[in-house]
Amino acid sequence: MGTLLKRHRWIAPLALLAPGILWLLVFYVWPAFQMFIASFWSGSLETGFTFSLSNYTNYTEAIDQFSEQYLRSIVYAGTATVLTFLIAYPLAYTIAFKGGRYKNLLLFLVVAPFFTSFLLRTISWKIILGDGGPFLGLFKDLGVLPEDFRLLATPIAVISGITYNFLPFMTLPVYVALEKVDIRLVEAARDLYAGPWRPGGAIVGALLGGVLAGVLGVVFAWSWPLMAAAGALAGGLIGWLLVSESFVRVTFPLSLPGVFAGSLLTFIPAIGDYVNAEFLGNPETRMIGNVIQNKFLTQNDYPTASALSFTLMAGILVVVAIYARILGTEELSTGGRV
Amino acid sequence: MTARATSLETGRSRAPRTARVQRLADRYLLLVYTGLAVIYLLLPVAIMILFSFNDPAGKSNFVWQGFTLKYWLHPLAVNGLPEAVGLSLILAFLSTLAATALGTLIALALVRYEFRWRSATNSLIFLPMATPEIVLGASLLTMFVSIGAAPFFPLWFGTILIAHIMFNISFVVVTVRARLAGFPRHLEEAAMDLFANEWTTFWKVTFPLILPGIIAAGLLAFSLSIDDFVITNFTAGKTQTFPMFIYAKARIGIPVQVNVIGTIIFLVAVGAVALTTLAQRRSRST
Repeated sequence: MGTLLKRHRWIAPLALLAPGILWLLVFYVWPAFQMFIASFWSGSLETGFTFSLSNYTNYTEAIDQFSEQYLRSIVYAGTATVLTFLIAYPLAYTIAFKGGRYKNLLLFLVVAPFFTSFLLRTISWKIILGDGGPFLGLFKDLGVLPEDFRLLATPIAVISGITYNFLPFMTLPVYVALEKVDIRLVEAARDLYAGPWRPGGAIVGALLGGVLAGVLGVVFAWSWPLMAAAGALAGGLIGWLLVSESFVRVTFPLSLPGVFAGSLLTFIPAIGDYVNAEFLGNPETRMIGNVIQNKFLTQNDYPTASALSFTLMAGILVVVAIYARILGTEELSTGGRV
Repeated sequence: MTARATSLETGRSRAPRTARVQRLADRYLLLVYTGLAVIYLLLPVAIMILFSFNDPAGKSNFVWQGFTLKYWLHPLAVNGLPEAVGLSLILAFLSTLAATALGTLIALALVRYEFRWRSATNSLIFLPMATPEIVLGASLLTMFVSIGAAPFFPLWFGTILIAHIMFNISFVVVTVRARLAGFPRHLEEAAMDLFANEWTTFWKVTFPLILPGIIAAGLLAFSLSIDDFVITNFTAGKTQTFPMFIYAKARIGIPVQVNVIGTIIFLVAVGAVALTTLAQRRSRST
């Protein structure tokens, strides 16, 4: 049976792969290449474009002119990635180790926001963070915030929007990694006298809590030393109580692949995002995505826009290559999904 | 009373008290935190649903004015909205169908066969997921413009469909492959031993077993497609999908009906996931 197939073993995988791979080659690889070509164009949509290598100036000019937006994108996306890690890790940990029979329900709740339009969720934040909204309105009524205080149209709003929107991208890979941790290793560590990690936990917790609360104090124009002190106290106490040696030396190191995958899956969409900056920010919070979409869709300035987005892609590919070297592509692409 | 006295005598009262606080913290702190995190995750969804019952004074639906059902009774009564929603649904349906077929075939090949170019194939699957949406959209737009002829230019429904199939393939591959990884190969071998040919074996044994994975991949592809804004915005031209309709209206005030449609989509999606989970659980228990 199937002697033809046996003799030409390569036919079966080729037939399975061909249609999908062809689609990706024609509509992913070729466009990327075409964008690279377009970044050496000059001219306009009306007069037509001409290709010349001397147009490498597209790159130098674009980066010269928009280095501020690049830098801002890196800072916003980086901050948001760190914040998603801090929010997602305890969440993923609880689901993985204390979820019990509610595990699936909790996972479902984590991804449930994805069933709502990304734009509508961001607009919801506009309502929540609004000047007279439920959150600020309450604080203002209580008199703890000045009347003219606002969050909308500030970098804080943009970063919180990004943090919120990409939180599940961090939570799921971290959960998957934690779920894989062999509980027997943790038990073995305990048998070998791994106890609570009091001084270390207290110090790390105090530092984290202090910095976070201090930053919050600065943002809300409250007395930040007081906030930092309170945060440090709370963080220190929690760290002192909850962090164990088995966590620090077994569970956490084993979950690092998930943290790497999650930070990549958060950072990449975050750095290219322009919806949060547009809805929640102001002209001073424009990210590189805003510039690219404006150049492409409003000004039809394809050469500059291509140079900008090719630079963005190249930068990300370098980061991805480093990550892939550490983790392997298969691990990276499966770590992201449940 | 006596127990307490002895423990005071031996000076052990501190240790058990710390242990008790520790146990309380262990048990409740993380649970309370998780509750807060879930509230945080779902708060914007709740706001969207709540504001579908709002009766705003002006055009913008940002401040709560009062409860009304009138937008739920006429959810499509806005110019351009029914067309946009219809287009999004057709788009999501077609792109899901195509991407699920193409992606499942790739996943089968990746799990079943050893071949050269395997790691290159893996990279090609992974790269679209590792590229920011704006770059995917922008590069497609550049290609369509530089071709400059039908069916790619001017941009239309077909160019959006091309883009959606493209970004969905990778997600389907990853989802189906995860399902195939723990696949019981001996069942296929048993079928072959019982004189089923490869075709019959695939449809009678393999396909039913990986069907849950394919359904999960399809649901994922559908939800990614129906929600996509960035890539669509670059490849749509004058065509308007539901997310593009929202974006266009965001400047001048979003009609309440958008919240109604958003809520309906949310409920249907939640229902679909709940149903497939239940069906899976039932098939596993029999």
